[in-house]
Amino acid sequence: MGLLHRKTIQVSDILIEIRDLYFAYGDRTVLKGINLTAKRGQVIAIMGISGGGKTTLLRLIGGALRPSAGLLKVDGIDMSRIDHVGLYQLRRRMGMLFQFGALFTDMSVFDNVAFPLREHTDLPEEMIHDLVLMKLNAVGLRGASGLMPSELSGGMARRVALARAIALEPRLILYDEPFAGLDPISLGVTGNLIRRLTDTLGITSIVVTHDIQESLRMVDYVYFVSEGVIAAEGTPDQLRASKEPFVHQFVHGEEDGPVPFHYPAPSYTADLELAA
Amino acid sequence: MMDFAQAGLRRIGRRIIDSIWRMGTATRFLALTLLHSGQSFSRFQLTIREIFSAGVLSLIIILVSGLFVGMVLGLQGYETLQTYGSEEALGILVSLSLVRELGPVVAALLFASRAGSAITAEIGLMKATEQIAAMEMMAVDPIARVVAPRFWGAVISMPLLAALFSAMGIFGGYLVGVVLIGVDEGAFWSQMQAAVDFREDILNGVIKSVVFGVAVTVIALFEGYDAPPTAEGVSRATTRTVVTSSLAILGLDFILTAFMFSGV
Repeated sequence: MGLLHRKTIQVSDILIEIRDLYFAYGDRTVLKGINLTAKRGQVIAIMGISGGGKTTLLRLIGGALRPSAGLLKVDGIDMSRIDHVGLYQLRRRMGMLFQFGALFTDMSVFDNVAFPLREHTDLPEEMIHDLVLMKLNAVGLRGASGLMPSELSGGMARRVALARAIALEPRLILYDEPFAGLDPISLGVTGNLIRRLTDTLGITSIVVTHDIQESLRMVDYVYFVSEGVIAAEGTPDQLRASKEPFVHQFVHGEEDGPVPFHYPAPSYTADLELAA
Repeated sequence: MMDFAQAGLRRIGRRIIDSIWRMGTATRFLALTLLHSGQSFSRFQLTIREIFSAGVLSLIIILVSGLFVGMVLGLQGYETLQTYGSEEALGILVSLSLVRELGPVVAALLFASRAGSAITAEIGLMKATEQIAAMEMMAVDPIARVVAPRFWGAVISMPLLAALFSAMGIFGGYLVGVVLIGVDEGAFWSQMQAAVDFREDILNGVIKSVVFGVAVTVIALFEGYDAPPTAEGVSRATTRTVVTSSLAILGLDFILTAFMFSGV
């Protein structure tokens, strides 16, 4: 009984479980055996070079793609067997922040945040009004509720999108490049918000990003994806201290290393037709 | 030589197969839209918004074009009819050409270039800026929330616009024929009343405009939804909407006319 009890707690503590996950676009295998675990209340970063399969992994977790092989469980649900209705039910407990916010351009900031509430609940309009202002206050943009998305800066748009993503109080938020193209102040603000919302709401955050410094500052655990596998993983401190060439190159932003600067090419002298 | 011919044949074959494949996908898309249309009626304000942007915003171009087409009909019709001394029949000529043919066809062509292109561009851009994907991630079905209200908004607007086009055209014909040239007013209206049959002419015109409305809207929605999420993709999809729907309107018009008026 005791064992059973402990087991139940362990299972429910893990929100995302990925074992030996494969995924291919047609003949091109993008993910080749990924293992990853995310617990409740954690901020997890998925990092790696562009085109390495990070966004694909995020789309698999969000159910936009189906695994080719392997296990992918989100909140206890096997994503390779889930049907349309089940997926939509799961997504009500899931928020996603797209790279540039993906706000609905024909609606005001207020209506954008109210959108999931109006679609999925029967709450009276006064209550929706209060909830939306609370969510906007949490991202510091209550004063911008009357603006249209075209009037927002890139950082503000992402914060509004974050308010929209937390509107239904999800258990999991997926972030696709939340720091891309932000100035240093907005970048710090966004990073702190992700950390604070994760802690106060007790949700799990999966952040796909290139921004190593910001990530090492605020996340709990990092997975490096390279060429379809997890090339390295660890806490920020472990990664800073890592001697592994790939991690070292990435953390210190070195130009050449295991990830070469040059695209594969014939020898330079041959290309310039110089005699040896 | 043989290889060259074979390659050419193969290319033609592939194009035909691709177009048939695309038509099949578009038909499935229409079926899916109809299946997810519940919300468009239970939350009718969604559809009303689309009636505004597809219908009301097309009013100016439809009304002005209708007026001019009617005026030209009045001038040309009078020229021909007076040769036979039957200029009183101008009312019949103007009204029948408009109600049977020009109203539904020209209004649909204008509708395709005004509202159809706007629908394609809007949905294509929503896709390019990940708004459609965001909606799916929020567990809101974009077919039910974005596509179906636009479909019904446009399909409801189209026959109303065609009717307004015809009415405006008849008024244009009246202006030129009666007010300007001086055809007898009583003859103009009474002959028109006597000759235009409700079922034979008006109802068939309405049926035509509904069919054109469905065709234009499905093409516009499908092209937008299917557009590659890039600037070039959206611009090409918009062009394709106008070209394909214009051809579809003219082709369907011939088929419908053959069934309706020639007793085929």
